Amino acid sequence: MRQLLTEIRIAGFGGQGVILAAAVIGKAAALFEGGYATMTQSFGPEARGGSSSAQVILSSEPILYPYVAHPDVLVVMSQEAATRFAPELKPGGILITERELVRVDNYPPGVRVYGVPATRLAEELGRKVVLNIVMTGFFGAITGLLEAESLRRAVADSVPPAMQKLNLQAFEKGYEYGSNLMLQMGANGNGNGDPVLALESA
Amino acid sequence: MHADPKGVLTGVHFLDGDHACCEGTLAAGARFSAGYPITPSTEVVERFASRIPTVGGIFIQMEDELAASIAIQGAVWGGAKAFTVTSGPGFSLMMEHLGYAAMTETPCVFVNVQRGGPSTGLPTLPAQADMMQARWGSHGDYGIIALCPNSPQECFDLTVTAFNLAEEFRVPVMMMLDECVGHMTEKVVIPEAERIQVTPRRYTKRQPADFRLYEPLADQVPDMVRAGEGYRFHVTGLTHDDRGYPSMNVETQDRHVRRLQDKLKPLANGRALSETENLEDAEVVVVSYGITSRVAQRALQLARQQGIRAGKFRLISAWPFPEARIAELAGRVKAFVVPELNLGQMVHEVARAAAGKAKVMPVTHAGGGVHPPETILNAIVEAVR
Amino acid sequence: MNETTLEVPYEIPVDAHNPVEPFLRMDRMPHIWCPGCGIGTTVNCFTRALLDSKADLDKVAIVSGIGCTGRVAGYASLDSFHTTHGRAIPFATGLKLANPELQVVVYSGDGDLFAIGGNHFIHAARRNMDLKVICVNNLTYAMTGGQTAPTTPSHVISATSPYGVFEPAFNLVALAEAAGASYVARWTTYHVKQLARSMEEVLKKKGFCFIEVLSPCPTLYQRRNKMGDGLDTMKFYKQASKVRHGAPTSECALTKSGEIVVGKFVDRDRPGYFELLNAQMTETLGERYAEPEVVCGNC
Ligand SMILES: Cc1ncc(C[n+]2csc(CCOP(=O)(O)OP(=O)(O)O)c2C)c(N)n1
Ligand code: SF4
Ligand SMILES: [Mg+2]
Repeated sequence: MRQLLTEIRIAGFGGQGVILAAAVIGKAAALFEGGYATMTQSFGPEARGGSSSAQVILSSEPILYPYVAHPDVLVVMSQEAATRFAPELKPGGILITERELVRVDNYPPGVRVYGVPATRLAEELGRKVVLNIVMTGFFGAITGLLEAESLRRAVADSVPPAMQKLNLQAFEKGYEYGSNLMLQMGANGNGNGDPVLALESA
Repeated sequence: MHADPKGVLTGVHFLDGDHACCEGTLAAGARFSAGYPITPSTEVVERFASRIPTVGGIFIQMEDELAASIAIQGAVWGGAKAFTVTSGPGFSLMMEHLGYAAMTETPCVFVNVQRGGPSTGLPTLPAQADMMQARWGSHGDYGIIALCPNSPQECFDLTVTAFNLAEEFRVPVMMMLDECVGHMTEKVVIPEAERIQVTPRRYTKRQPADFRLYEPLADQVPDMVRAGEGYRFHVTGLTHDDRGYPSMNVETQDRHVRRLQDKLKPLANGRALSETENLEDAEVVVVSYGITSRVAQRALQLARQQGIRAGKFRLISAWPFPEARIAELAGRVKAFVVPELNLGQMVHEVARAAAGKAKVMPVTHAGGGVHPPETILNAIVEAVR
Repeated sequence: MNETTLEVPYEIPVDAHNPVEPFLRMDRMPHIWCPGCGIGTTVNCFTRALLDSKADLDKVAIVSGIGCTGRVAGYASLDSFHTTHGRAIPFATGLKLANPELQVVVYSGDGDLFAIGGNHFIHAARRNMDLKVICVNNLTYAMTGGQTAPTTPSHVISATSPYGVFEPAFNLVALAEAAGASYVARWTTYHVKQLARSMEEVLKKKGFCFIEVLSPCPTLYQRRNKMGDGLDTMKFYKQASKVRHGAPTSECALTKSGEIVVGKFVDRDRPGYFELLNAQMTETLGERYAEPEVVCGNC
């Protein structure tokens, strides 16, 4: 675990696997990297009507306060989620979007935005349902918060055996897309291609 | 005795408090659960319903909470370890059978995942407003045990403890979760079965002819039997004598009801479960439990950073209330700060135990979320002023 | 309660024992029931049924709710449970599921089983839970002083209906049949032989079985309605009853002084709770299914 305390929110439609994506990230940290992770999810009226949202806090120390108000990282898979949650991001935070479903323009200063056509990549694998894991792979490459190997183990640990191969492929698709994007941005930007660390909240 | 490996899901898991609680019931040896769906507690029995057919046991969804809370007691007298699960409105319906379990000394576990009330209130949001109901909700005088986990790991660990205490003291034990702890997902380590201590039922070794169902032993708790073994015993919710026969007079009532409370004394004193920190030099002590204890911990860190000598007293067993410990602290601290997700419940117990020797400051919250740590911090600052 | 003096036509030896004594907790006698009350008669029939069925009494448990009838559990020399008002059936459900080798009998009053406990009754019948439910129907809440019950017929005077009952009453046998009971019968305390035989029959039958026993409460019901004493009620039962086995239960509603249809109305075989559970789980889980072993083996 490299981060002191990072707050992450993942949001989208019900059925997109928002909670599973959050659980994979939490597991990777807590089960495979010796860190701490606390996941909470929105229940009740705000979780009805098709929207779904989960929060994960990662830390190298025990986590006390379990809720997230201003995340360091926001992953959105629907326009509704983007519109609602992007303004709450911490200034300088990271916004990760499903590029073809979401358009964002209202977010705090200094936020870096990264998009991935996760639905299309998932469809290339023949199963749109794994878009959440494509997003998770992309998240891994962009944030560099967790080792790719921990995330892979967490994916394998979170899906039924028959679905493992497909989900791991989905993870690689997203991870690869993210790594390439970072290289390109590195080449065009600061030139070193290092992953972006969301450390501001420490 | 150690746990039956059949029910123990040894390993490292990423579970929410409700699911971890379910694993705790299985590890403790519970093979019977009766419930009625209610948010935010249903996940406990949903998992039980999915796990129990491969472990070997029964989950039955009853027609209401009255049925669920008495069906488990039938199962206990049939020889099972059993529990029910509910939240707010269902907990209210279970009160009569909480009393029945206390009166008949039926060891069983009630899991209450607290949500905002009164009435239907806030079905999906946390509160800690059933603490007094857990203690006093059924009519008459009796004692119960209530445990307050503050993490999924503790939801597992303390559920095993709850079953063990239920057997040892023959009382209903309440697992007082709150929505936040119940729905929070974290790492949960489930040890190997050999490393989980399970208290067996205190079955009598006596023959039917010289066994009396309610004859207390040295620890004030009577031994038990189960149906079908030839004891031909009688259990009643009426005031009863040592034989278990109705005996409705002042003497029997006095002896019986006093014993129902007195047998729990060890837990009010030496054996109370708590977590303390920095009490040696404390001038203010934050008394908290459940999810609020985590928020309070954050406030305590901030207070110490400001140089305030603040200590922590976390109630793990909230009932019986650890009166002696609080009374002792009251003699040497300036104040107690008591944050809870209610408008003031356990704070009354703290005040009672402090008996005017220290200031007692409630930090109330009507439920639906948790305190911002700063609110608790402000109370700490205020307390030492 | 009116005193009824019965002439004893023969001498009773001082050391005489009633053959039902082994079935009763003699150390709890005398019982609390009034002279002329029908509850004791039903208990007599029950002990007779236990005797005749040759049941292993260590494996028979009796569960009662609250009421005059609810006291039956306390007098039976069996594993016995006097639970809370209305909840005998769900308690019995837990007991039976935990320990299926027990024969579980529920013995309670009409108010207990059909007012406060009505919901549990229909659900246990729906599940075809293997319980033998005996309802002593005295058409009133006796224990609390003779208030209106859901069984009290129209025009009857009760403590809470001083000007006469006007709400329609339940027809218990029709209710039981509709909810799914495997066995449904009705007798009165006049029909001691038939009642004992019915009780014996249900002790041998699987599934949810229901016997309604019409029984006098001379102290409260009969007195308040000027229907005489226990003996007068026997005469009434004798004269008004008509045995009609297999009668459609919908035609068996009771009225204040009309015909009382008695007999066995339903005797059918439906799969029980455990059969259905095992079948469904085996179908879904195959080899992975572990049949319930609820009784804590090593503790
Ligand atoms: C929860 C609760 N409500 C009310 C009562 C009071 N109560 C005791 S017995 C009874 C009615 C009993 O009627 P029934 O079941 O017909 O029995 P009977 O006395 O007629 O045999 C009532 C209302 C109680 N004990 N518990
Ligand atoms: S009050 Fe009625 S039912 Fe109760 S014992 Fe007396 S006669 Fe029987
Ligand atoms: Mg009655």
